[in-house]
Amino acid sequence: MRRVSLAVNGVRHELDLEPRELLVYVLRERLGLTGTNVGCDTSSCGACTVLVEGESVKSCTVLGVQADGRDVTTIEGLADNGTLHPIQQAFHEQHGLQCGYCTPGMVMAVVSLLADNPDPTEAEIRSGLEGNLCRCTGYQNIVEAVQSAAAVA
Amino acid sequence: MATTETRTTARVVGTPVPRKEDRKLVTGHGQFMDNINLPGQLWLSVVRSPYAHATIKRVGLEGARELEGVVAAFSGAELAADWAGSLPCAWPVTEEIRMPSHFPLAFDKARHVGDGVAVVVAESREIAKDAAELVEVEYEPLAAVTDVGRALEPDAPIVHDDFETNECYVWKLDAGEIEQAFADAEVTVKRSYRQQRLVPAAMEPRGALAQELPGTGELTLWSSTQIPHILRLTLAGVVGVPEARLRVIAPDVGGAFGSKLDVYAEEALCLALARRLKRPVKWIEERSEAFNATIHGRDVLQEIELAATAEGKITAVRVRLVSAMGAYLQLVTPGIPLLGAWVYAGCYDIPAYSFECTGVFTHTTPTDAYRGAGRPEATYAIERVVDALATELGMDPVELRRRNFITEFPATIASGLTIDSGDFNASLDRALEHLDLDALRAEQAERRARGDTKELGIGLSTYVEMCGLAPSGILGAIRYVAGGWDAATVRCLPSGTVQVLTGTSPHGQGHETSWSQIAADELGYEVDEIEVLHGDTTVSPLGMDTYGSRSLAVGGIALHQAAQKIVAKARTLAAHQLQVPEDELDYEAGTFTAGDSSVTMKELAFAAWSAHDIPPGFEPGLEATAVYDPPNFSWPGGAHAAVVEIDTETGDVQLIRYVAVDDVGKVVNPMIVDGQIHGGIAQGVAQALFEEAVYDEDGTLLTSSFTNYLVPSAAELPSFELDRTETPSPTNPLGVKGVGETGAIASPAAVMNAVADALAPYGVTDIDMPATPERVWRALEEARR
Amino acid sequence: MIPAAFDYEVAESPEHAVELLGSREDAKLLAGGHSLIPLLKLRFARPSLLVDIGRIDRLSYVRDVGEWLAIGALTRHKAVRDDPLVQEHCPIVSHTAGLIGDPQVRHRGTIGGSLAHCDPASDLPAVILALGSELVITGRDGERTVPASEFFHGVFDSAVGPQELLTEIRVPKVGNWTGWSYLKYTRRAQDWATVGVAALVRRDNGSVDEARIALTNMGATPVRAAAVEQALVAGEANPAAYMADGTDPPTDTSASAEFRSHLARVIGGRAIEEAMAR
Repeated sequence: MRRVSLAVNGVRHELDLEPRELLVYVLRERLGLTGTNVGCDTSSCGACTVLVEGESVKSCTVLGVQADGRDVTTIEGLADNGTLHPIQQAFHEQHGLQCGYCTPGMVMAVVSLLADNPDPTEAEIRSGLEGNLCRCTGYQNIVEAVQSAAAVA
Repeated sequence: MATTETRTTARVVGTPVPRKEDRKLVTGHGQFMDNINLPGQLWLSVVRSPYAHATIKRVGLEGARELEGVVAAFSGAELAADWAGSLPCAWPVTEEIRMPSHFPLAFDKARHVGDGVAVVVAESREIAKDAAELVEVEYEPLAAVTDVGRALEPDAPIVHDDFETNECYVWKLDAGEIEQAFADAEVTVKRSYRQQRLVPAAMEPRGALAQELPGTGELTLWSSTQIPHILRLTLAGVVGVPEARLRVIAPDVGGAFGSKLDVYAEEALCLALARRLKRPVKWIEERSEAFNATIHGRDVLQEIELAATAEGKITAVRVRLVSAMGAYLQLVTPGIPLLGAWVYAGCYDIPAYSFECTGVFTHTTPTDAYRGAGRPEATYAIERVVDALATELGMDPVELRRRNFITEFPATIASGLTIDSGDFNASLDRALEHLDLDALRAEQAERRARGDTKELGIGLSTYVEMCGLAPSGILGAIRYVAGGWDAATVRCLPSGTVQVLTGTSPHGQGHETSWSQIAADELGYEVDEIEVLHGDTTVSPLGMDTYGSRSLAVGGIALHQAAQKIVAKARTLAAHQLQVPEDELDYEAGTFTAGDSSVTMKELAFAAWSAHDIPPGFEPGLEATAVYDPPNFSWPGGAHAAVVEIDTETGDVQLIRYVAVDDVGKVVNPMIVDGQIHGGIAQGVAQALFEEAVYDEDGTLLTSSFTNYLVPSAAELPSFELDRTETPSPTNPLGVKGVGETGAIASPAAVMNAVADALAPYGVTDIDMPATPERVWRALEEARR
Repeated sequence: MIPAAFDYEVAESPEHAVELLGSREDAKLLAGGHSLIPLLKLRFARPSLLVDIGRIDRLSYVRDVGEWLAIGALTRHKAVRDDPLVQEHCPIVSHTAGLIGDPQVRHRGTIGGSLAHCDPASDLPAVILALGSELVITGRDGERTVPASEFFHGVFDSAVGPQELLTEIRVPKVGNWTGWSYLKYTRRAQDWATVGVAALVRRDNGSVDEARIALTNMGATPVRAAAVEQALVAGEANPAAYMADGTDPPTDTSASAEFRSHLARVIGGRAIEEAMAR
């Protein structure tokens, strides 16, 4: 066990972790933040995407102990007092989700994408989301949601 | 006497109401399977065969049992007594079909890589996983057959020894003078196609959690499933409990596409182990496990032959299939090819029809329903061979299609079913308009003239499909065990809201929103005043679940009928309150009016609930249940077109445009309908260009992760250009048709016709799916020789 | 999805990392984790100790050291991509760093981790080899420098010994007199390279004075295409025809060896063309 200190969605947690615990399970099972999903075991699908120090990472490919001292933002940390984040709002308005399983990871990847490139072209959006798989939407409405969120911001 | 009317005012049906489901999902508060945990729960891990075919000599559980935190470990033999029945197959398609027994764990032989042979149950996910590695299974590996085309060869290893053959069944459908038509034909074309094996790959892997309620022996199962009602019925039979003592709950389900339309070993294992161990037992599938343990789709060899006149009138179609069942029969495995069996003539008027399918066992993961199930295969074969016929005749493929389209509806087709409505020319006209075909052909010619290494190809796919399963009588006639009805209960609550219980089980389709729209219009409520409950056999006990694009065309109609029953009942109460005869009341948008007086549905709901002043014989409450059995299938159709660019040096195929014009009848929520079509097209394009489950000769699945099973990302797909034509279905009162599978059904043929079109000048006639760069390159090399 | 259990130590410095590595025979280094953690999750790797060097912040840098740029081994792909010094003096490296994996991988993965992992399908090794880079390895006896041509030993096998770590990558400033290209073929954007080609050319009035061509995933290690380089300098008509000469490409589900050779010739030809035009 190793004592680590994590700031998740602005709240500091002191946790004793087994080194093999993946960040995604620390978030889900230690902290009850089950919005971040697990979709694969090869770092391919992006369902587990969260922000570490503001940048998108796949939390299935980070050990909890590696995140010691870092700031982590999960899907639960986006909405402000019940008001949806503009990207969440855009996914809703543009029908950018169906089953919703990839959605938290997809939304977090978009937060990072727009932070890096606030006014992306369609091609930049599509390549910027290369690390996130969705099986329901064919991506079209996700792309439109990103465009609409970028226009609002 | 006043003219009375009951008017349904379409206030919200037909409009893009944003989804009610979204808020919890975009904020990370979806209740998916792995979010559900119970105090004291144990974790199940399944030990799986690494061999495609092997005798199980010994299962050594000592090491696993000794690990701290392990509660129990069992071999297949040790659990044999826990099963009252085999995992079910509900579609024995012929009298003579060979049905192997299929228990949740194998105990004599493993028959595919991933076949479960033992289980461990432990205090945590980690310990269960560690312990599974300590199970020592001694196998005697045997030769395997994984190639559908080799299963019936005389020396092929046998999957089920008792049968002494790998043939599962032969199913035939013949209509019209087929031999005569081919004898008289001026032109015939014959083609062979291969529907590669696909992995459904819903983003949420499967999972289950079972609990025995202390004291009562009642069992509850949470499962990431699309069929809670069917699971309750069938699993009761597998684990040997009365159906009345099993509750099944489908929480939020992260996609399915047919892959969760099954009764799986792990569901039965969780139930049996929870009962044995008196503690809740949970299992969550890992993705690498899912590739071998969750059903696959397709894996069919097709041969299709057309007879035609020199003018291009098609007179007969003959189809022969060899379809892989995999190692066992899952819930509807044998029936999947039959879902395409009636529609191999496509949207064409072809008088003679012959279909034969041979189902075969192979040492592979069982196949079953995957989006489209039988109809993408049928559409692909007919749409590819029609293009081949056009080439043979030197005729424009558009013109050839038009010469053969069915134009009068209802149309009874040679295979025996009746297409209720459609207008194939209208969809095709609209698609060609969007495409600007002349400009594309001009650009294609220019590129060819200048010897551009990037060739353009344009492909069409005009289709009609049968979905909305289905009239129970027809299902019975084709030996499907269950009916095809669905149910809904509508209850107007005294506080001014409405409760809808539906028998459908959505997992991304947005039923909560669309069903609210239907109920809102019928009853005069706002969408937000309606709650839609589903996916729990205790909450909504009656239903047939969600698959085969059936939910709206069957369950949605049941809801519509239940709402109409409520209006009729409310009319009686309104007449009593307003002191007028029932037939003098007008009803519109939730209000009954007679002259100057009126009463609203909400007021009536309270009055019916309080029951202080109701007419004699009037049952308190405004509640109604309707069960709807459709008189026909649902027949969506349309025209899709793909434009590809092929790099003739690398063989790389890029989809650069995709036009889809669909006729799905009346539309309840156009935004949701477009989303369904987008997703279907993406999966069909993925079949055409990216995805393929590949086994090696030993039966190991080589493409067993998302690193080499190529589910496309946003970066590989273009935006699709969608439009609709609309011929309302006369079969149901809402005029709706199914939409969930159309995109996946139409698109593989459109893309592959485009690929063939691009490569035609090189003398390439066909390429197998997926059209990988290597396949394209090899075809070009071959043609150059 | 659950790695087998292991112990975990955080290294405070390269020297500390070396010391920790010496404490256990099967200890493994952990940097960004994007090469190692997927192997741990599938239990393809099961070290008993992980030495986390991810907190040695002083190994994350890009410095101008005269004829060379020195890049700290823990510099993340995104930082390499965006670094103005790398963009100016060695644009092939920043460009290639921007092609690795997907954005999430580039946020976490490090240049040193990617090189030391020696995955034959990884992009940077071919670029580093073509550039004639040098790699600084720290061990018990201090630092040693290995040329890129001696760094890649095989699949998952580098010159870094069991008690050593890669600490710095030195890439030559190629300046604006050198044309460059790195092209790779993938089926999907996020995929590992089916084949990749790094091309550097020094031109003089249309002729080529020097060429360095290296290939990704055409063998167990990145390989120089010597015959192509000679043909370019000799001014032959179709140097890319030699692209697969002397290679030993793998066959897997993305391509056969034969098709990889073909792709190498096509992609290689395009890379040369792009390098000549830059």
